[in-house]
Parts: sequence; structure tokens; C-alpha cells
Amino acid sequence: MKKTLIERTELTSAASSITFSSIPADFTDLLVVTSLRSDRVAATENLVFRLNGDATNQNTRLLRGDGSSASSFTNTSPIIGILPTANSTSNTFDSSSIYIPNYAGSAAKSFSADTVSENNATTAYQHIVAGLYNDTDAVTSITLTTSNASNFEQYSSATLFGISS
Amino acid sequence: MSDTPVKVVIDLSKPKGQRETIVALTADEIAERDAQAAQAETDRLAQVAADEAKAADAQAGRDALVALGLTEAQINALIG
Repeated sequence: MKKTLIERTELTSAASSITFSSIPADFTDLLVVTSLRSDRVAATENLVFRLNGDATNQNTRLLRGDGSSASSFTNTSPIIGILPTANSTSNTFDSSSIYIPNYAGSAAKSFSADTVSENNATTAYQHIVAGLYNDTDAVTSITLTTSNASNFEQYSSATLFGISS
Repeated sequence: MSDTPVKVVIDLSKPKGQRETIVALTADEIAERDAQAAQAETDRLAQVAADEAKAADAQAGRDALVALGLTEAQINALIG
């Protein structure tokens, strides 16, 4: 198995979303690694992960630990985790990875993710995610954004790798 | 200085070094973003209500078992 860096971006100023577009079909799988922080003034902000810009065709099952309890739930929106916010420890960024096998195929696309919000406090969120993007089109774009209209802060970064056999 | 939110687009069809553009959101995109935020808050409140209802049901069930004469240890052995 070979992992190839396709592109990495680090924000020089706040932005509402990061999109990798025109993803080449040259690989078997894709891996996205993030280090993101939201400027939302609230306890949490959701990390939203969209394939092909589609906000509706995606379902996820999440297992969550928050530092004191565990829970699980299903999302019909493309939320895959929680980001550190303006209320979190300064200069902390999330640590998340999302794996999309067979992204260029013609079957529905599954994906998995593990996401950690990072916070030097009792409460921080970790998720393990199983997801399905129920569309037969090849994945050609990936968008990372938030669900509460906040921005990713400066120095947030996202990296896209291609995995080949 | 504008407060219009921006998005970062990395077009992988372009050569390295020319891929990244920063684009101001359109009025439609801002409206969609605000609508999603409203929906997210609705979903959050619904989840909070569901969690509270579940916790209340769990406590009511536990109280009913106590009323039947079970000890806390017996209840914990049954349902954790």
C-alpha cells in the first residue's frame, strides 16, 4: 500500500469551508487528515464532511466519548465530529482522519472516521464514525465545513492523501 | 473591510502552486449557511429533549423497581 500526498492547505485567515475539488481518480482510496478549530463562541461546533457537495445523501452512525460518558447516535446530516471552539483551550485544534475506500467506483461509498476535539479540560469529544454516502457517482470533491455558520480559524489545516495498492 | 465569509477551494486539476483560491460566499450561500445553522440548532434541541426523556424514563424505571422491593445492588445487576 502506498500513501501519496495530493494536497495540503493551511489557512492564512479564517474561512467558512475547505473544498478539495476535481479529485483525480488515480487512487484506490482517499484519506483526509484535519487540524481544525472553529471561531464559534459556544461550547461546541460540529465538523461537517460533504462528498460531491451533497448535503442530503449521507448517513452516519457515531460512537461518542466526552470525558465522562459514552453515547451513540445516528445522523442523517453529514456531521462527523466536534471541533474545538473559541471556548476551548487556546491554540488547540482537532485531530481527525477520514478514510474513503473505492471513492472512484460506481457503488455507494462507505467511509469511516475518527475525530477528536482536543481541549485541556474535563470535557472533550471523541467520535468513531461509520458513514455511507448513498450515491453511485465517483467522489470528485470533498468539503469540510461547520454546521453553525462559524469559520475555521487561521492555521487550521486539511491534508488529502491518495491511497493506492 | 468586508465581513463576508469566504471559502477556500483547492482545484486539483490545476498545477501545484496554482490550486488554491479564496472566494467570498454568495448571498445564496450565506442564506443556505444560515438555514443550516438554524436546522443544526433545532436538531441539537431535539437531541437534548430526547436525552432528557430517556434519562427520565430510566429513572422512572429504576424507581418502579425500587417500589417493587429490589435493592440498588439487584437493580444494578439487572440493568447496570
